[in-house]
Amino acid sequence: MEPVLDVHQLTMNFGGLRALDSVDLDVRPKEIVALIGPNGAGKTTFFNCITGIYEPTGGDVFAARPGGARKARLNGLKPNQVTEKGLARTFQNIRLFPNMTALENVMIGRHCRTSSGIVGAIFRGPRTRREERETVARSHELLEKVDLAEYVNELASNLPYGAQRRLEIARALATEPFLLLLDEPAAGMNPQETLELDELITRIRDEEGISILLIEHDMKLVMSLSDRIFVMDYGRKIAEGSPEQIRVNPEVIKAYLGEEAV
Amino acid sequence: MEYFLELFLGGLTRGSIYALIALGYTMVYGIIQLINFAHGEIYMIGAFTALIVANVLTLNGMQGIAVLVIAAVAALVWSSAYGYTVEKIAYKPLRDAPRLSPLISAIGMSIFLQNYVLLAQTSDFVSFPSLIPDFAFMDPVAHIMSSAELVIVATTVVVMILLNLLIKYTRMGKAMRATAQDKTMAVLSGVNVNRVISTTFVIGSALAAVGGVLIASHIGQINFFIGFIAGIKAFTAAVLGGIGSIPGAALGGLVLGLTESFATGYVSSDYEDVFAFVLLVLILIFRPAGILGRSTTQKV
Amino acid sequence: MKNKNPIVQSLLISLWFVFLTFPVMVIRVNTVEDVVEWRWWNMLWVAVGAFLLSFLWRYLLARKARGPRAGSMPIAQRIAGNRKLLVPFLAGLAAFVVVFPLLFSAYQVNIMITALIYVVLGLGLNIVVGLAGLLDLGYVAFYAVGAYSYALLNHHFGLGFWLAIPVGMAMGALFGILLGIPVLRLRGDYLAIVTLGFGEIIRLVLENWNAFSFGPSGIANIPRPGLFGIELSLHQATIYLYYLMIALVLFTVFVVNRLQNSRLGRSWLALKEDDIACQAMGIDRMKTKLAAFALGATWAGMVGVIFAAKTTFINPASFTLWESIIILSIVVFGGMGSITGVILGALVLILLPEYLRAFSEYRMILFGATMVLMMVFRPQGLIANVRRRYEYHGPDEEPQAERA
Repeated sequence: MEPVLDVHQLTMNFGGLRALDSVDLDVRPKEIVALIGPNGAGKTTFFNCITGIYEPTGGDVFAARPGGARKARLNGLKPNQVTEKGLARTFQNIRLFPNMTALENVMIGRHCRTSSGIVGAIFRGPRTRREERETVARSHELLEKVDLAEYVNELASNLPYGAQRRLEIARALATEPFLLLLDEPAAGMNPQETLELDELITRIRDEEGISILLIEHDMKLVMSLSDRIFVMDYGRKIAEGSPEQIRVNPEVIKAYLGEEAV
Repeated sequence: MEYFLELFLGGLTRGSIYALIALGYTMVYGIIQLINFAHGEIYMIGAFTALIVANVLTLNGMQGIAVLVIAAVAALVWSSAYGYTVEKIAYKPLRDAPRLSPLISAIGMSIFLQNYVLLAQTSDFVSFPSLIPDFAFMDPVAHIMSSAELVIVATTVVVMILLNLLIKYTRMGKAMRATAQDKTMAVLSGVNVNRVISTTFVIGSALAAVGGVLIASHIGQINFFIGFIAGIKAFTAAVLGGIGSIPGAALGGLVLGLTESFATGYVSSDYEDVFAFVLLVLILIFRPAGILGRSTTQKV
Repeated sequence: MKNKNPIVQSLLISLWFVFLTFPVMVIRVNTVEDVVEWRWWNMLWVAVGAFLLSFLWRYLLARKARGPRAGSMPIAQRIAGNRKLLVPFLAGLAAFVVVFPLLFSAYQVNIMITALIYVVLGLGLNIVVGLAGLLDLGYVAFYAVGAYSYALLNHHFGLGFWLAIPVGMAMGALFGILLGIPVLRLRGDYLAIVTLGFGEIIRLVLENWNAFSFGPSGIANIPRPGLFGIELSLHQATIYLYYLMIALVLFTVFVVNRLQNSRLGRSWLALKEDDIACQAMGIDRMKTKLAAFALGATWAGMVGVIFAAKTTFINPASFTLWESIIILSIVVFGGMGSITGVILGALVLILLPEYLRAFSEYRMILFGATMVLMMVFRPQGLIANVRRRYEYHGPDEEPQAERA
């Protein structure tokens, strides 16, 4: 099947430092793919290059909504344009809007799927009102989906840590993506929360029918969740395959030696 | 050709002054990422202090180079004291506030200081005694470069060299560079960041005072408003060279001084101040990192 | 230095300020008569003032550190939250506003019109600074664009006031967009200084381009607003303009309020909170900022037309940097983002110096001090912005923007 994300030879230099070196990666429809590797391997840089926060030095990024239009090249697009195409992300160090409520945070995610502008804001005609109503309803639905209905009118900064992570996921889902990029979604979570996250990510894939690409250090989560795994080290891809294949890959074991009991 | 040379040397003089003030902007920005709007006022207060001291001394019968030295030292001392105090009042309490807050506070401080001098002294231009003597050896070239201009350029060069030595080799200089690079790490390695910031303001203010005394005795008159325009232009110079960079401030000052001098000389003097503003707008839009600055990638 | 005794500390501070202010405050040289004035009294004032103020300073810092007291609600919020208070308060205010020009002299009404002009300017700048978080120090440039649009079009083509209003707005918007596109990419502090530079460029051009703008001598005989062709006496025209301004204030409040609680308003807020996350959520940073910048400029352009019609004479001196600073002070003092705050801020900062004439000399120095003190002790301003938050009350109900 045609992949939803197709990355060819992605390269990123910072001055003399090569943070990404000809990385290939693809994600297929409804697939959960994990990107792992030691700290500093270039995983977050990879995310930033795909989502338009950095402009890659070389290589190509293609993406296509499954069953939708032909694939689009994402290089050189701005972050908001990438999101409009249908890729949404979360951040390693949670980046919510702290002084906005949980609901408002998710409503911001609806921004690129709604359209009322200055005129609509001032005159607030029937179309604008309907759009606002739908935004609120849809945002609330998403909060329910990630089990945050109880916090709907709470300021984002007052939410417990695990809830903030889930709020970021809800906010990303509000942009109607076909590919969700999660940057260490389980970081800082206790085992119980991680378990719930595992269940949540699977549920999102099944119910929304979207693909998920995640960076994660929690090997238990990665192994149980992923259909395929890509391993990076020093800016290069060193392995890819099913969890079983990765588990026994000598390259991977070498990269992680002394750091993680794989 | 002679006209060209005259404009060139005039630009060099202007540029030296801009560079002296620009250093204060650049050093403060390098350390706390704040455009210290009040810096131009520190320069103005330096010029006023020198004027007041020089006048008192002259009226009491003193003359010659001694007046210049005492006035300059007084300007240095008081400007530094103002710089130190301004930081403590208007910026230190806002260390952790959103970025807009210290900026607004800085604008407020600038207006406050301008009007403070306006009310305590005068709104008129006051004439500044020409303290820099005419050197005999400059006579042959006096029609294109005055002794005052020579003193300004020479002083600037000496001050720049001293500053560079200070930053490169002293303990405080190292602490300043460390703080500029990473404040948290500097604290962790035992740098007293508050002291570094205070010192930066004091040094920057002292440099501005030098500029103030030099330009005032060259132009011959000052008022409470000179700091504003000089401040904007020096800031332009700092940005031009690459804000945060000390050689950049020197280079930016020269480029701006020469540009202004040639533009007013060959194009039109009506728009003297417009050139600097246009240059500022253009450089910020097309090369915000400046001539010597490197563009940085924001960490996400 | 680290003496804990507050009196000793204050004495030291007092001594420091005596030293600091000595040359500027105490000595004044009269260069015409060549005499030195020694003003020792000033030294005493500084000493006493610094001593007392240092106590106040410490007290306020400590109070700020303690955070807001629980249970204390600002007066404005108490009135707004209580229908029994709010309704009579608003009714009384409305009655006063309506009868004001009938009770007071034309002179007073004129001052009030000036204050109302600043109210609208403040509310316009508030869109840019308060809602979108963009520090614009050249706001007066757009005000000048509006005023000159009316003055010049009237001078050359006899354009009337009512047609000039939309033209002024369009010109403001146009300049806002033209300037905004290149500069809004810049970081916040650079934006401040570029807008400042732009404001000065416009003023310098107006001053020097005589053929276009009539230079420093300005343009006179600009007609006052017309009322269906009826001839108005000067007094009637003033009263008419007063009611126009009241209508404009109400209109502006309405618009700003609507903007604040809209898709656009939400994106401004999000942009202020975290611009990277904001872009990652699909918000076009440039477009969003430009909307705020252009809206602010549009309002300035409109008020510019009214200003020209009110004074019937304009020249570049009305559009200096100080005007921008005054308008910014209004927004900062009143409370960034807060509509009530900005209105109150404008009335206080414009009317107070008018009525306390002895005081007016100190106007700018107080503005400067206000900006510093507000930032240090009360960054939220006189009346903090009470943002409406979207609250969810079940699926069937119309979504409500509720006061938090």
